[in-house]
Amino acid sequence: MRTVIKANQPWWRINWREIWEYRDLLFLLVKRDLTAIYKQTILGPLWFVIQPLLTTIVFTIIFGNVAQIPTDGIPHFVFYLSGTVLWNYFQGVLNHGAGSLVANSNVLNKVYFPRLIIPLSGVIVNFAHLALNFILFLGFYFWFFFRGSAFEPNLWILALPVLVFQCGLMGLGYGLWISALTIKYRDLGFALPFITQLWMYATPIVYPASLVVRPLMKLLLWLNPMTAVVEFSRYGFTGQGTPNLMGYALSWGVTLVVLVSGLLIFNKLQRTFVDTI
Amino acid sequence: MTTPAISVRNLSKCYKLGTIGRHTLVDECQYLWHKLRGKDPRAHFSKIGHTATEARRVEAEQEGNQKFWALRDVSFDVQPGEVVGIIGRNGAGKSTLLKLLTRITEPTSGEVVINGRVASLLEVGTGFHPELTGRENVYMNGAILGMKKKEIQAQFDRIVAFSEIEKFMDTPVKRYSSGMYVRLAFAVAAHLDPEILLVDEVLAVGDASFQKKCLGKMGDVAKTGRTVFFVSHNMMAINHLCQRSLLIDHGTLALDDEASSVVKVYMKSSASRTMNRDLTGLTLDRTGSGFARLESAALLTLSGEPFSALQMGDGLRIRVGIRAKGNASDISIGISIYNLHGFRICGFQSATTSGKTLVLEEGQLTSVDCIIPEMNLISGSYTVNINLIRMAGTREMTDMVRHALAFEVIPRDVYGTGQLPTGDAVYFPVLWEQEGNRLL
Repeated sequence: MRTVIKANQPWWRINWREIWEYRDLLFLLVKRDLTAIYKQTILGPLWFVIQPLLTTIVFTIIFGNVAQIPTDGIPHFVFYLSGTVLWNYFQGVLNHGAGSLVANSNVLNKVYFPRLIIPLSGVIVNFAHLALNFILFLGFYFWFFFRGSAFEPNLWILALPVLVFQCGLMGLGYGLWISALTIKYRDLGFALPFITQLWMYATPIVYPASLVVRPLMKLLLWLNPMTAVVEFSRYGFTGQGTPNLMGYALSWGVTLVVLVSGLLIFNKLQRTFVDTI
Repeated sequence: MTTPAISVRNLSKCYKLGTIGRHTLVDECQYLWHKLRGKDPRAHFSKIGHTATEARRVEAEQEGNQKFWALRDVSFDVQPGEVVGIIGRNGAGKSTLLKLLTRITEPTSGEVVINGRVASLLEVGTGFHPELTGRENVYMNGAILGMKKKEIQAQFDRIVAFSEIEKFMDTPVKRYSSGMYVRLAFAVAAHLDPEILLVDEVLAVGDASFQKKCLGKMGDVAKTGRTVFFVSHNMMAINHLCQRSLLIDHGTLALDDEASSVVKVYMKSSASRTMNRDLTGLTLDRTGSGFARLESAALLTLSGEPFSALQMGDGLRIRVGIRAKGNASDISIGISIYNLHGFRICGFQSATTSGKTLVLEEGQLTSVDCIIPEMNLISGSYTVNINLIRMAGTREMTDMVRHALAFEVIPRDVYGTGQLPTGDAVYFPVLWEQEGNRLL
């Protein structure tokens, strides 16, 4: 094995083979994150079900019953839960990626491994949480279905894995950007919870995309790549919503641009980030 | 000629100054604000760094430099199977060199070519998670250090046996004592099995017997034909383990020779520098509130003369200059003597050994002598830490300088038998009687 260490390696070169070499570490990090969180908790992994459940109940009361925001005819609970589950995945991956360098600086200061492993592990860890939440969603979906809700599932339901995958890539892309920026500006770490909360309200989680009609606002809404993911997932399961194909294409465009640029900037900055941390 | 295991060519690492200490936009704005008002913005950020390198960066910045070369134009080759020791003062660039070789950060210029599988050990227990069990952490730590899961599985029983804590493998490591923690961590590290091992000072952990075991393991690794690159302050370990040694000074390679002769040169240069020191501008290895500060420290003979080396049993006079920012009558001066392993052999506070504290007047330099009539130290090298503490109230540490002084003790026939006392740190005057009759 021959390793060459040189100054100013080209910024576009990401050593994927090396990441593959460290796959065992990737899976151990995933295992660590999945097991360590639940130690010394009574409810353990149940927390990952309780959290979206409570959020959905709150949304149902506030936005459904009090504010009476329409939900495209989808039962309130299913409407909010579907959005919350997907949003939680996106936010989980984003937060994991955003903290990957600064939060682990004590380890990264002492040992080298491909740093991209940390945000990648976030995609997988949060996928496990998503799977748990998805079971919860299916439970409520069928409950409402058999109680006579007029769901019209269609072929878009088959696109769900693609939508979830896109959601993970998106979270990764934004997470990489934020982690690179937090090296220089720690403020971002404090602002992040606030930003993600605002972002959530800019995504059709508590309101349907059909409610946004002004062209400019519509463009802004669909420029947020999460909009397409949420709307199309809902459409696949219930036949309701705004399956805007142009919007979907746009969301893939944004996702890929953010992901590729995020990978590149992360790759460039991670090489010397311990100098400025 | 074989391909070198490590080949370093013109390796340099430069830090742009002004990049540390400002981590938030607020800091950035304050920095600009100070600049706009014509004040020296650096004064605002002159806090002492956490690491030796950072402290040197701060020093360089205070001197008004734009750049700081932590390492400059270093070139050398290490052949397969060589055990090379790296020595140098704190902040000389040893750790920077190791960080470049381990790819933790990237060089500014130059090139390193490494042939073989590398494992690095800059710290034991990197990535240990307190909530995970010993078993889980062995896997985690092994993987972080670059082992495959299969390799860890194959080595697992040996790792556990080496750590000597079989019973606690399924206990979360947060319940471990620090000794157990270190044992397990070192056990993983010792079974890395790479072709090239880069090690930084990790032996300064654990109790004496465990340290011995670790040194032994290092020796074993070296004997099996692996390449070892070893950074240490422990001259004994360097002498014992390495054939060759590199001396790094101010970021450059000062000397590359047989280990024993490099150690000698280093000890000599550090002795002349550490017998009589001006401490006013020192930021390295220093902590404390700064209310009263040490300004100078010198080692003298009992009669107050400078000397080059002490003989066993000689007395010592440690002369310290102190200046305080205000009047105080509760300052106690503390002196501790350490051996090269970093063991604290003894320490004394003026408040406890004399029952009195120092009276200081604002801004007045005062000289205090600590007189040790007889020191029963075994021959070897020793360092001195000095601190100042306010005894009243919260016992505020006003200044503390690590490695303020260093001196050497050379052997003397203290028992008059031609035999030297054995032991690790001190000897005692002894008498023997048989049936009530004095021997000798």
